[in-house]
Amino acid sequence: MKFDFHKNHKLLFGTIFWGFIFLSLIISVLPALWVQRENEPLPASEPMTDIERKGLNVFIGEGCVYCHTQQVRPIEMDENWGRPSAPGDYARIDRQDIWRQTPAVLGSERTGPDLSNVGERQPSAVWHYMHLYNPRSVVEESIMPSYPWLFEVKKSPGSDETVVSMPEDYAPEQGQLVATEKAEALVAYLQSLKQVPMDAPASSVSNEETSKEISESQKKTIDGASIYSNNCASCHQNNGEGVQGAFPSLVGDPVVTDEDPTDHIRAVLYGMQGVPIEGENYSGIMQPFEQTLSDEEVAAVINHERTSWGNDAPTITAEDVAEVRNNDELNEITAEEE
Amino acid sequence: MEKKSAVLSEQRPLTVEKSKVGERIDTSLESIRLIFSFVALSAFWLVFGTLVGEYVGFKFVWPELDSVSWLSFGRLRPVHTNVLFWGFLSQAMIALALYVVPRTSQRELYSYRLGWTSLGLMNISVLFGVISLMMGINNGGQEYREIIWPIFALFAGGLILVAYNLYKTIADRKVTEIYISNWYILAACLWTIILVSIAYLPGYQKDGISQTVIQGYYMHQGVGQWFTPMVLGLTYYFLPKLLNKPIYSYSLGVLAFWTQMIFYTMIGSHHFVFSPIPWWIQTVAIVFSVGMIVPVTAGTGNFLLTMKGSWRSFARSYSLPFILVGVIFYAIVSYQGTLEAFRSLNKVWHFTNFTIAHSHMSMYGFVAFLIWGGIYGLIPRLTGSEPPQLAVGAHFWLALIGILVYSIPLMIGGTLQGLSWIAGESFMESVNLMTPYWVWRAIGGTMMFLSHLIFAYNVWKMRPSTWEKLTQVSQS
Repeated sequence: MKFDFHKNHKLLFGTIFWGFIFLSLIISVLPALWVQRENEPLPASEPMTDIERKGLNVFIGEGCVYCHTQQVRPIEMDENWGRPSAPGDYARIDRQDIWRQTPAVLGSERTGPDLSNVGERQPSAVWHYMHLYNPRSVVEESIMPSYPWLFEVKKSPGSDETVVSMPEDYAPEQGQLVATEKAEALVAYLQSLKQVPMDAPASSVSNEETSKEISESQKKTIDGASIYSNNCASCHQNNGEGVQGAFPSLVGDPVVTDEDPTDHIRAVLYGMQGVPIEGENYSGIMQPFEQTLSDEEVAAVINHERTSWGNDAPTITAEDVAEVRNNDELNEITAEEE
Repeated sequence: MEKKSAVLSEQRPLTVEKSKVGERIDTSLESIRLIFSFVALSAFWLVFGTLVGEYVGFKFVWPELDSVSWLSFGRLRPVHTNVLFWGFLSQAMIALALYVVPRTSQRELYSYRLGWTSLGLMNISVLFGVISLMMGINNGGQEYREIIWPIFALFAGGLILVAYNLYKTIADRKVTEIYISNWYILAACLWTIILVSIAYLPGYQKDGISQTVIQGYYMHQGVGQWFTPMVLGLTYYFLPKLLNKPIYSYSLGVLAFWTQMIFYTMIGSHHFVFSPIPWWIQTVAIVFSVGMIVPVTAGTGNFLLTMKGSWRSFARSYSLPFILVGVIFYAIVSYQGTLEAFRSLNKVWHFTNFTIAHSHMSMYGFVAFLIWGGIYGLIPRLTGSEPPQLAVGAHFWLALIGILVYSIPLMIGGTLQGLSWIAGESFMESVNLMTPYWVWRAIGGTMMFLSHLIFAYNVWKMRPSTWEKLTQVSQS
């Protein structure tokens, strides 16, 4: 057979056509099939609920993936976002309907934060609603778009509706802000984005130990200001003043400036919800940092809060944090025994 | 360009006078009509698509520019990319291909009716695609296949008709040899049909990870097996034609062709380095990204060696400078792409604005400039109407300076973004530090957009003067 590609159009374009199909099969279709067959949801994960599914739909339709990744890479610079993503993390994502394909949530740009673990990092629905209605109401320097069309303004909302109270500068002039079904679904989806342990619960203990060893061996420099800005500032703000009605101010706060740091340490370790401060109610929920921050880190961030924005309270050490942790554990055990 | 030889006109002391195109090429009226319609529609999509791009670029600096759902960033970004891919670049390339393939086969296009049908299908598809994306109907957020299948099927149908039309034309050619341009052009059509089918067919991309394997393949091949071979094929025709000399080496073109097909197909997953898709796919992608040095060096070398010794022609032509810029950008972005694939550099640049600079340098500096070179080289010769030379010059310089002002700051800013993440600074740092670079991007983008308005004006000026006049010329 003569390979006269430049004269025989059937041979030339046949080779081009079938050759490319062959290459495509070995580099994309077959690997995809293989991956799909091998991939299993992580044992600790749960199927998506209907409302979370609807939320994912909103997430895709509004193009959130163009700025937010859901992909933690196994490299040091990504450690802030959670544990490295595994194939199983995406096993439960599937085709939404016959018209649309399986959503691409991994993303290719990180103009905004990674969302793999945002449900853990930011569990407060109040925060998400405020942030979606106007991101700058909670994150001053944010460049994220506002999504007012996911909300309605109503004069007298029904009792089963989600009313969102915004700080004065951002609130609608008249009436009350109510989250639409779409906003509720989107927030439910965002809250569901929590990384679950890679292994079955039984072996998770040893896993935790190795990760502790790793973090100790790396001995990162601990800086209270940057821990604050990564974990606390989205609600309490960089100036510590919080958001009226939602997240309390830390400036001159009785617990933050108290000489006895026990309550302050407890608030950081175990979170807080529904506690009025100086007669004012706050709708936000604070998550616990017991698992995510070490004693040194908790001490550093508490000291940052105690000495910034005009606060001038005595600082603490990692030992103080450890003491509170141990006492509370002991108390819990005694309480259970009784 | 300062060349002593260039004619300095007394009436126009500020600019160098370029030579006129000379005689009109004798082509059938039908082909002029079809080709010009493709060019005119592509110019419309260019202006529309870059207006959208310009607008979303401003939103990085002023996020509260509006709060209308149809105009929000997340909905307009895919409008921008899809309109420029399928509306402007694709249709402009097809316009030129509809001339090059019949010309080098020395016969008429197989069927003008099929040509018009493709034109209709593609434009309806892009129009509906724009509307659906603005309504918030997105296929799944996978870049460049965001238009849902019932709408994109129209585009695919148009493309199949183009491929069939061109194949039939080549099959019935009046010469024995198939010119190298036709290898590239028809291959690009065939590859893209396969690519789009694989991207949209169900069965092997049900979960998030298998979907990502296909996405890596598709998003990269969309560029590498459609735009790249198509414009290279066109350049293999227009460059020697406009220089009036043969291509430096036919064999280098063939080498570049086969290596392009084999190497490029394997490298899509380098968009997902460090991701949870199988490690071996990522490694294969990185290895073949290095292999891409072969076709790129062969291709650009071939073009540059063809240009060697003919620099005077560049100074005297208003279309060749576009081709020169396109070839240089082809080399730069391709080597840059290889570097971005290395794990060490990928760490710094992945997820940052560096990739935005890279994609604009390739789709604009490389693909769009080669297309403009072809359009300015061909259309006046078809219609007999020349664009004002001053306007072509303004288009060239605004577009060139615009893309540089756009991409260089984004590369610097993107690098700083990556370094900020590596240094473990708070995330907001990386957003705040980008502000000045986003302002530069808006300035460069504005220059680019202005150049497109001028291009649209030039297309209007190049329109067939009057059909009666053309008819007389054709008949005489």
